[in-house]
Amino acid sequence: MLRHLPLLTLVVMIGPVLAGLWGALLPALGHLPGAGLTGPSFDAFRTLLAWPGLEQALRLSVTTGVLATALSLLIVVLVTAGWSGTRAFGALQRVLAPILSVPHAAAAFGLAFLIAPSGWLARLTSPWLTGWARPPDLLVIQDPAGLAMTAGLVTKEVPFLLLMTLAALGQVRQDQRLQTARTLGYDRVTGWLKCVFPAVYRQIRLPVYVVLAYSMSVVDVAMILGPTRPPSLSVQIVKWMGDPDLAMRLVAAAGALLQLVLVLLALGLWRLGEVGVARLGRNWLETGRRGRLDPALRLVGIGLGALSAAATLLALLGLAVWSAAGFWAFPDALPDAFTMRNWHRHGPGTLEAAAETFLVAGAATGLALVLVLGCLEAEHRSGRTLTTRGLWLLYLPLLVPQTAFLPGLQILLLSVGADVGRGPVILAHLVFVLPYVFLSLGDAWRAWDPRNAVVAGTLGAPPWRVFWQVRLPMLLRPILTAVAVGVAVSVGQYLPTLLIGGGRVATLTTEAVALASGGDRRAIGVYGLMQTLAALLPFALATLLPALVWRNRRGLHV
Amino acid sequence: MSDVLTLEQVCITDGGQTVIEADCTIAPGDVLTIMGPSGVGKSTLLAFVTGTLKRAFTATGRVLLDGADITALPPHRRQVGILYQDDILFPHMSVGQNLAFGMAPGGTRAERRAAVSAALAEIGLEGFAHRDPATLSGGQAARVQLLRVLLSQPRALLLDEAFSRLDTERRTQIRRLVFDMARDRDLPVLMVTHDAEDAKAAGGRIITLGD
Amino acid sequence: MKHLPLAVALCLPLAAAATPDPSDWEAVLEEAEGQTVFWNAWGGSTTTNDFIAWVGERVAEDHGVTLEHVKLTDTADAVTRVVSEKQAGTDSDGAIDLIWINGANFAAMKEADLLFGPFAEQLPNWQYVDTEDKTVRTDFTVPTEGYESPWAMAQVVFMYDTADIDAPMGSMEEILDWSQANPGRFTYPQPPDFLGTTFLKQALVDLTGNPAALQQPVAEADYDAVTAPLWAFLEELTPTLWRQGRAYPQTGPAQLQLIADGEIDMAISFSPGEATAAIANNQLPDTVRTLVLDKGTIGNASFVAIPYNSGSAAGAMVVANFLMSPEAQLRAQDPEVLGYGTVLDMDKLPSDDRAAFEDLDLGIATLSPAELGNVQAEPHPSWMTRIAEDWAARYGTAQ
Repeated sequence: MLRHLPLLTLVVMIGPVLAGLWGALLPALGHLPGAGLTGPSFDAFRTLLAWPGLEQALRLSVTTGVLATALSLLIVVLVTAGWSGTRAFGALQRVLAPILSVPHAAAAFGLAFLIAPSGWLARLTSPWLTGWARPPDLLVIQDPAGLAMTAGLVTKEVPFLLLMTLAALGQVRQDQRLQTARTLGYDRVTGWLKCVFPAVYRQIRLPVYVVLAYSMSVVDVAMILGPTRPPSLSVQIVKWMGDPDLAMRLVAAAGALLQLVLVLLALGLWRLGEVGVARLGRNWLETGRRGRLDPALRLVGIGLGALSAAATLLALLGLAVWSAAGFWAFPDALPDAFTMRNWHRHGPGTLEAAAETFLVAGAATGLALVLVLGCLEAEHRSGRTLTTRGLWLLYLPLLVPQTAFLPGLQILLLSVGADVGRGPVILAHLVFVLPYVFLSLGDAWRAWDPRNAVVAGTLGAPPWRVFWQVRLPMLLRPILTAVAVGVAVSVGQYLPTLLIGGGRVATLTTEAVALASGGDRRAIGVYGLMQTLAALLPFALATLLPALVWRNRRGLHV
Repeated sequence: MSDVLTLEQVCITDGGQTVIEADCTIAPGDVLTIMGPSGVGKSTLLAFVTGTLKRAFTATGRVLLDGADITALPPHRRQVGILYQDDILFPHMSVGQNLAFGMAPGGTRAERRAAVSAALAEIGLEGFAHRDPATLSGGQAARVQLLRVLLSQPRALLLDEAFSRLDTERRTQIRRLVFDMARDRDLPVLMVTHDAEDAKAAGGRIITLGD
Repeated sequence: MKHLPLAVALCLPLAAAATPDPSDWEAVLEEAEGQTVFWNAWGGSTTTNDFIAWVGERVAEDHGVTLEHVKLTDTADAVTRVVSEKQAGTDSDGAIDLIWINGANFAAMKEADLLFGPFAEQLPNWQYVDTEDKTVRTDFTVPTEGYESPWAMAQVVFMYDTADIDAPMGSMEEILDWSQANPGRFTYPQPPDFLGTTFLKQALVDLTGNPAALQQPVAEADYDAVTAPLWAFLEELTPTLWRQGRAYPQTGPAQLQLIADGEIDMAISFSPGEATAAIANNQLPDTVRTLVLDKGTIGNASFVAIPYNSGSAAGAMVVANFLMSPEAQLRAQDPEVLGYGTVLDMDKLPSDDRAAFEDLDLGIATLSPAELGNVQAEPHPSWMTRIAEDWAARYGTAQ
């Protein structure tokens, strides 16, 4: 049984992705027998290519994706290079998990309110500083270049990449490398870039690719912050999927494949960029320059890092204020009055959605945990470790854009007559929850001293007893953290819930994004806050529970 | 309880390269010491005896305990105990629970607790059953580990640099305790170490590797 | 082989007969008890969501029907869903039991035989409906034939902030003049959003010299000639819009936030009572009032329809019937709740109910039925589709 678990896990994780791509390929070629259409025909691609917004939509996907990824990576590198091991870095590390768990949609709403011409920043500085009695007519949100959307992505991707970098630092013996560089007269940032970064980047390359693929095809953030004339390709695909005209479904499928190709091309381009940067880097290494700009770079790094963290925290605060706001006119810094009316109105609805959210998240995370623990235990017992190829497979569902395979998966599910609803949504969430749970738990699991298992075994404990009585309790903290990561990932899922749930599965995220179209900031405040709490609560429990359970066991304190 | 531990033409290879070879017999109550610097495969040999050899290695030969071949048995059915240099007490269990973990099942809760208390008293750690292992000193932890192994009633004992982390004074003390108790119980002991003092104190045969 | 025609005949339900039969209302009620009705309705308006939740409580109380509001961002999503189910052969117990629908979506579903019915005119509360003066039997010129039942009347009004605008405007020309004098203070939802397209239609109706052509399918009219005044109007208006027309709010309610933020001063609405309700919810400043154009504005009814494959058609009919009840209609018209116009005929109502309607305070920003004036008919739905497409080609992508 345990031996077959890795294969089962692979099927559960990769199966829907491949099925979804297959399900997009046939309709894209004009083949949708259910609708009486038999291919092959290139009409769908022809319609796609004739869409007047195509060029801009493609450009938007590439520029926002690449810019968001490059900027996030830059911030993470500068912050880590300049500050790792310092007290400021520790502070940043502590707010990392909560910021990371803020769902993309909630962060995007909050940011939208923060930076809009009538947003909080403008209100706080008007009219005494800006002289604005009315909001200026400036195109900040929905700007055609997608800068607002890029900013929204960066605030969320920085914490993700930072977390991945922290995990990598432990494996590359940063301190030794850095110390060596510094004794040779290199300043902090330059020393780090020259001696630590190459090794770190090798470790975080896949997460960077994930960020690129995600940023290029994101839907919820693009719907909230992105331009609309035209929107990015992924948003347009979702719109086509929702068109009552059946032929548009074929165009959506063709668009899905185009999105996939686009992401693959961008990944290829990025890879080329890596080679180029590596070559430049090697030349730079040989120059022997010690880093005159380091103090400035350090300041830029911590500035950008703090700005990105502060933006998220302020955005959340903005949501909180709106959720309790009475009438609030521009340019007042705060509402005329605070009221519980919004919570009375929307509270019950959010509780219902929260129940659905936790049901789906709990089931998906529970399944993921069983599969991941099973795989890790199988790995431990067989002594086989995860190969590089295995790691790629693990990342595959995160590298294939959601808009590339979910439309096809929906078409496929419907054409085989599978009922839509909670069950399929849980399985669709599992595709994304599994890799994150695996990645979150894998390192801690492997870092566990195997001599514990040897000792327990020689004391007469069979493998399952070692697993339940020794390994699981000792790894309670990382396991709960992995659960929290899984729940946060599930809570944040918009597109799988929308497309695979057929509208019947209303989670906090789908409700919040639906409300966003109505622009009622009070309702969005309530839903966005609840959505964030739903993701944060498991992290809080993951921190509190082990401390409570092991309060008398100093060896398990962190 | 008088068993002989035999390693019969054991040869462990890693990708065709021989890591370690051994062919020896250890009588009940005797200590065989394998000496050598770190990295010569001493711990690998012990892993073969406990049945936890890593996949990368290939091994030939047999391990016999009182004439019976245990080479194919899983670790928990071999009845071979091991002590490491680091303190591998399970941090989520109390000292008493650690000891009870290794005891053969059976008896009421009260009886098992009484047995644990009595055993602790025997090594001078009376009243330690409820202690958090993380609060023990190095010497105390070493004694609890020894006790835990002995309570699991092994038929042979392996020592993997078991004393190297202790300071000189404790080291002599614990070493004597381990050897005495092994001798009392007629256990064959296989010790690997890089420390000549340990080898000398063991008083048995010494095989020196990799010089 | 010879059994085949019989087998086919048995499998095909008779198109004309709806099961359960709405004229046997007792049987419908009995079947509805315990059913769950998934009502797919646009979820972007919090006041509507609250009203639907209240309907759910009431039908659960009275008839044991559980109502689940599936919140859509676009009604077309629901149509798509039914279309996909039909393709997949999901001919019973589909995901949707009731859809808030009208216009093009209704025309598309009726055309494709995706609707259950006819049922609307057999519902008990149909007796109170105003079939004379209200467009409840045609939907954008398409006859409803009982395949959808009305539950609210809508009419275009413009909400404007009296703190910034002194005199209300009476025509699209005047709106243009004002917008040119006050650039960046007006916008409309981005078509193909329903309200955004409605703005285009309203402009067309107000500007065209040939209103009769709009009642015919677009193919039968000289499209270019009829719509020329509209595009000329937009060419002048667009540069004076909020964000110079480089961005648009995505939905109607999003305009409320823009007014409240002081970004714009005027916005289109399809609900005469929306402004009053929004003031009550702190979503609009209390200086907002509404206006209609001198020649009148477009009006239509909102309907609910039942997909052909609903597994809870009885429950759905109970909900549809309840929506037409004096109780629900009174609540919907209450500006504190929704402020939607009623579909009922006051003269047909029992005197108590009539009195309750008369006592209702419509609120500070709502025009009285007399002030709402002339109701312009909706153009044929093909106009809406064509204009939205044309708009997308002209303004849908940044140049």
